[in-house]
Amino acid sequence: MELTPELRKGFFRTMTLSRAFDDAMIALYWEGKLPIFQFGAGPLPGELHCSNGAEPVGAGVCAALGPDDMITADHRPHHVAVARGVDLDRMAAELLGKKAGLSQGKGGHMHIYDPAVNFASSGIIAEGMGPAAGMALARRLQKRPGVAVAFIGEGAANQGAFHEVLNMVGLWKLPVITVVQDNEWGVSTAKSESTAIERNADRAVAYGIAGEWVGTNDPDDIYLAAARAVARARAGEGGTILEVKTARLAGHFMGDQQAYIPEQMKQVDPIPVYREKLLREGVLTPEEADAIEAEAKARMAKAMAFAKEAPYPDPSEAFHHVFAGEAA
Amino acid sequence: MSRILTMSRAGREALDWEMERRPEIFCMGEDVYKFGGIFGTMDGFGAKYGPERVISTPISETGFIGMAAGAAMAGMHPVIDLAYIDFIGVCYNVLLNTASKTHYMSGGAVKVPMTLLIGTGGGYNNAAQHSQCLHATVAHIPGAKVVYPSNAYDAKGMLHTALRDENFVIFLTHKGTAGVGWMGTPIKTTLSEVPEEPYTVPFGKVKVYREGTDVTITGLGMSVHESLKAADELEKEGISAEVVDLRSLVPLDRDGIMASVAKTGRLIVTDEDYLSYGVSGEVIATVTERDPTVFKKPPVRVTTPDIPIPFSRPLEQAILPLAGRIADAARKLMA
Repeated sequence: MELTPELRKGFFRTMTLSRAFDDAMIALYWEGKLPIFQFGAGPLPGELHCSNGAEPVGAGVCAALGPDDMITADHRPHHVAVARGVDLDRMAAELLGKKAGLSQGKGGHMHIYDPAVNFASSGIIAEGMGPAAGMALARRLQKRPGVAVAFIGEGAANQGAFHEVLNMVGLWKLPVITVVQDNEWGVSTAKSESTAIERNADRAVAYGIAGEWVGTNDPDDIYLAAARAVARARAGEGGTILEVKTARLAGHFMGDQQAYIPEQMKQVDPIPVYREKLLREGVLTPEEADAIEAEAKARMAKAMAFAKEAPYPDPSEAFHHVFAGEAA
Repeated sequence: MSRILTMSRAGREALDWEMERRPEIFCMGEDVYKFGGIFGTMDGFGAKYGPERVISTPISETGFIGMAAGAAMAGMHPVIDLAYIDFIGVCYNVLLNTASKTHYMSGGAVKVPMTLLIGTGGGYNNAAQHSQCLHATVAHIPGAKVVYPSNAYDAKGMLHTALRDENFVIFLTHKGTAGVGWMGTPIKTTLSEVPEEPYTVPFGKVKVYREGTDVTITGLGMSVHESLKAADELEKEGISAEVVDLRSLVPLDRDGIMASVAKTGRLIVTDEDYLSYGVSGEVIATVTERDPTVFKKPPVRVTTPDIPIPFSRPLEQAILPLAGRIADAARKLMA
């Protein structure tokens, strides 16, 4: 649970790679969508919910997990997927709707599945909660180790699934960590307009589980809180709501002008802040930091080249995979 | 060896056999541990398999069916008791967006093998929120198989099939056909010889209950038995009715429907679900799209009309697709 320099460099590397992923996708997203914006146009069609600003949560939490652990993410999954080590080339290809994508072009960016690293996501708010708890239950029945982590937003804490699932997580002491990423906004509705309480972590007491609140968007603090939650889960002490005050820098989705956000609520980019912190504390030299950033961009360029060059699925494949066990 | 069993006992036998041999199967739902499920499908399982594999849940359908989907994704095969189909309103998102879509949205990378047992139907004065069929509402979702046995032999064989399927299967039983005590005496035609050994009944094949030459009557669940009663009456009047049990809505045996109507030239579709936008229209569309010239007369639907199920006995009996209405429809078709 110690914050070693290697671990902290790793946080910076993960966050930088996640940002490179989103930046590359944002650049491509606008192709074909200007001057007239339309979701379905261009090489990267559909809604795109980028993770810019939330990278510390993915980096800090995933560093506290092991290969047996399981993750469900939500409609904004990139930072968690990158931190978990989801296949970057195939994830990029999935966003572009290509046959080489993780889901052969059937899922898109909200529905990222990579069973090799126990990663799944759902575009429906709070819909990852039941599956995460069920994955933990499965491991208990199989007598195999594994902690499940559901990544949700602060808006999802107001869904019925949140309450129902956490009640059972508490009742059955399931090793489930619910990471509430509080970026202040559910589309255009502020947290203060959605719930009377300031911290969703306070709700933990209602379910008989632990609550952790991290008020800084800093992977060091997030990692330490997550490591405590994981240790409790592995020790059979049950679940945790881990709420992190994070940021949403690129709007709800691409095209969101965010005119509803007042000047005093403008959010800070956590990556330059963390870079400065590591430089100040002598963990990284400027040259090392630059090299990590260049390496991330190069890795992402490779993923984008793979995705762009990959062919589309044949239209007839729309009929495949409705059911398992059928001839594809 | 075979014995005469109720649907409830026959289904229980299939589930018990599979659970004894396959540790990935577990049961979950409200009251399953002490009550053995609403239709006794898990009767005695609590004592036999223990609370780890027979999990009674809080009243939280969204939560525990969502958990079942996750457990299925992680290698288990949950068997969920949802009691009444009227309750799908409180967990529909899991059915609609997770259990049925994950295999497709993952390009086949993630399977969700789970079996959802649900009771349907009315006829026992339980009013609008506990008497619905709603099978069209679930059959409309791509990615969910929907089966609906109407007798004990099929209940056992189709439950074996469901438990060996790699997909999300919605396994429907009309409450009045199950043969549990609190629903009254078992209907004679729901009882059948059931072999002790395991066997499977494939999905997507109609069952011709009774052969006939003048008119095809299709049904599912309870309406099969009302159709059989009507066919007995019609026989006395010299009308030969063929009764076809659809048995499975997804997949639907369109060839089997077509074969019967091509033979008789007349079609009555019975359905205890609501009239509009449902199975009855689908069956007629199936024949019409393939060859409308087989119809000697326009097809007829005998269903529950598009109204909530009323409580009072004379009101409810008036709107259900019972044998009298079915026989009347056949007489008109033959006139």
